[in-house]
Amino acid sequence: MISYVFWGSLALSGIKEGMLVWILFLLCQVGAPALAQDLCQRDAPNGYKVRISLKTALGEDAYEWNQSEMFFFQATMAFAMRRHFQMETYNVDNIILCVQTSRVSFWFVVTSPDNTTMLIPKADVEKAVRMSRHRINNAFLLSDRTLEFLGIYPTLAAPVNPDTPPWLIVFGVVIGAVCVGIIALLISSLLQKRRKEKGMTEDGQDEEDMQVKGVENGINLDGTYNRGFTDDDRFTKL
Amino acid sequence: MRFPKLPNLGLGDRIPSHQELERMEKEEAGDRPKWDNKTQYMLTCVGFCVGLGNVWRFPYLCQSHGGGAFMIPFLILLVLEGIPLLHLEFAIGQRLRSGSVGVWTAINPYLTGVGIASLLVSFLVGMYYNTIIAWVMWYFFNSFQNPLPWSQCPVNANLTDLVSECTRSSPVDYFWYRDTLNTSTSIGDSGGLQWWMVLCLLCAWLLLYVCCLRGIATTGKAVYVTSTLPYVVLTIFLIRGLTLKGSLDGIKFLFTPDLNELMNPSTWLDAGAQVFYSFSLAFGGLISFSSYNSVHNNCEQDAVIISIINGFTSVYSATVIYSIIGFRATERFDDCLEGNILALLNAFNLAEGSIKEGNYAESLQNLNGTFPETIQSLDLKTCDLQTFLSQGVEGTGLAFIVFTEAITKMPVSPLWSILFFIMLFCLGLSTMFGSIEGTVVPLQDLNIFPKRWPKEAITGIVCLVSFVIALIFAQSSGNYWLALFDSFAGSIPLLVIAFCEMIAVVYIYGIDRFNKDIEFMIGHKPNLFWQVTWRFVSPLIVLVIFVFYFVTKVSSNVTYIAWNPSSEDFPTLEVLEYPAWIYVIIFILAGVPSLVVPGTAIFKLIRRCCSNKNVYGAEVDTVSAKVQMFTTKMS
Repeated sequence: MISYVFWGSLALSGIKEGMLVWILFLLCQVGAPALAQDLCQRDAPNGYKVRISLKTALGEDAYEWNQSEMFFFQATMAFAMRRHFQMETYNVDNIILCVQTSRVSFWFVVTSPDNTTMLIPKADVEKAVRMSRHRINNAFLLSDRTLEFLGIYPTLAAPVNPDTPPWLIVFGVVIGAVCVGIIALLISSLLQKRRKEKGMTEDGQDEEDMQVKGVENGINLDGTYNRGFTDDDRFTKL
Repeated sequence: MRFPKLPNLGLGDRIPSHQELERMEKEEAGDRPKWDNKTQYMLTCVGFCVGLGNVWRFPYLCQSHGGGAFMIPFLILLVLEGIPLLHLEFAIGQRLRSGSVGVWTAINPYLTGVGIASLLVSFLVGMYYNTIIAWVMWYFFNSFQNPLPWSQCPVNANLTDLVSECTRSSPVDYFWYRDTLNTSTSIGDSGGLQWWMVLCLLCAWLLLYVCCLRGIATTGKAVYVTSTLPYVVLTIFLIRGLTLKGSLDGIKFLFTPDLNELMNPSTWLDAGAQVFYSFSLAFGGLISFSSYNSVHNNCEQDAVIISIINGFTSVYSATVIYSIIGFRATERFDDCLEGNILALLNAFNLAEGSIKEGNYAESLQNLNGTFPETIQSLDLKTCDLQTFLSQGVEGTGLAFIVFTEAITKMPVSPLWSILFFIMLFCLGLSTMFGSIEGTVVPLQDLNIFPKRWPKEAITGIVCLVSFVIALIFAQSSGNYWLALFDSFAGSIPLLVIAFCEMIAVVYIYGIDRFNKDIEFMIGHKPNLFWQVTWRFVSPLIVLVIFVFYFVTKVSSNVTYIAWNPSSEDFPTLEVLEYPAWIYVIIFILAGVPSLVVPGTAIFKLIRRCCSNKNVYGAEVDTVSAKVQMFTTKMS
């Protein structure tokens, strides 16, 4: 169709420049989408596949993924690119989406704002995504796991290292309590023994050879079993 | 007709007569410790009997030997083996008013070896048992944080990825084998002491010391908590468990009877062994505890009650454990299925929710029909609930791996973790009281320490020595050493001692005298059931179990399982053979206590025969007391 227009316009031999402009305009209309199609395709070398799991993340509150959400995604990605590159003004048109499936997954590529035929290399896109990953996730109420950029692994959170491991604190408490308990019991045993010894030496003056329990006022009860002189160890020694 | 017995001279001089017992009872001769009340005694015995084995050995045996059908051999052997032995130990301790060494020496001086063997076994078992308590304490200390440290893999040093050893196995495995034990790859590779383990071990022994400081005066107070708390926690876990998804599957799995297992002799053997070890017999601790009772305490009733409580606790804890295991298995199954479904959705870009658990099988079939190569490349896992349920683990694996994993899946995990490990701690500690009693009292009876040393000092020395030797369990290879001790120190010697105990009481002390003693103590003679079991049935059962154990251990190649990240089947544990020098250790653990029994008898015989002195003893009655005088006459 373009060739007919071209030859036809030449035949008319009208204003060449005007015709040329019109021809270029037509080319852009037809060719641009075709060009964009070439840029964004499955397994594009400079593109990323995005996978979204709404039902897993939000369950009953999951919103519907439609064209508006896709537009929102384009806007978010443009924001991420702007944030990373700061000097260049990316627009929604610079984010091209394709191969949308019902899973919800799709591919996207990013074109340069100066030259729409040139793609931003994969590495730069990755840096931009990493920088704003948290913002992108939050925009969609999703997480690293439910909004996946296949090929961009989420950075692991740095481990929280407290100054003292918590277990040492509990250990310290327990062992402190135990030591206090041991010391208290040992001291009370010692005091008890001292009291007993004191008690014995006070009564002992009168009843030195009668260490009989159950004896009062030095009166020897009849038939009292005097343990003072029996050998406790009736068993044959080893 | 009198039951045949071996000649035993001088028995009457060695033991207090019935009149003397009555007299001692009336005067409350305060030299010997006494229970404050019956409850303390019962709780202490229950605590000693009910231990970690009820929680992590019985459920496994039950599940692997035909579920509900295992109850049959277990209950039969409980009645024929457990209760008679228990009654025997209680009665003899109460009658002869002494610890294990004292009792057997009183029956016959040549039997002192039985007491010494009990002492050695109590000492060795106490050492490794308290190490398990140290591990429990380590987990308890680590439970005071959210999220629990074993719920996720740690990040590696570069912060690039999770630690590979952890991703290949699981966070709970990693925390147990690496963070807790820092286990080496073989028993020969000692790997040095792990400082955090040494601290936990120190804490465990100090805690034990504070509770056993003054003997039953302190343990009697401690058991009010340590013996009752496990039941409270078990009940809480049961209620929590029953509200979790999949718990009933676990309980059903546990109790589904498979009557074919009853034909298998190993089922009966395992049941017999479990009953025996579960009652903590032959340690000497029960004899000691019962000797602090009043003479007319009804030991027959006590034996029956404690046996029933022990059996009930085993079944109860099995129910609780398997309800939680059922929950874990269901979670694993759901995760497995979800993973497969996600893989399918991602590979075929299907909408979420199009494949659910219900239509998974047919969806998979359809897709396999149309795209077989893609399905192959996905490498889907087979998810089978029965497989997950029968990942039947026992011992430390159950408590520190399977159960901790289940806890991480419950909401408010730190609370459940704290409760669980407090329960394990109480179960272990109350058993340790019996062990310490079985070690300290014989040492006192043997007069190894000077008499004037207080009990606190002797207990302290026992704890200190045990702690120092137990440092071998704090090495990297400590886990393997503990398994070694568990298999050998706590198995064969106990069977030997139990057999000798029964022979000693029935044939050397004399079952007729024993019957009269029990009649004196509780008011009626033991009935036919006791007579038959004491004389024939129980010794026979113990002998059979011993012979089978011995034969299996000796004939089979002794192996152990090791954690080796560089092995091919990792994370499956590697089966290794023990090095040659371990057999010396095995002999020390199993052989020495067993051989001490005849050894001491021979030693005493040689000493008496070879000594040229004949010792004559004369008794003189004086005004104040009987005085025993010894003269030596050169032959």
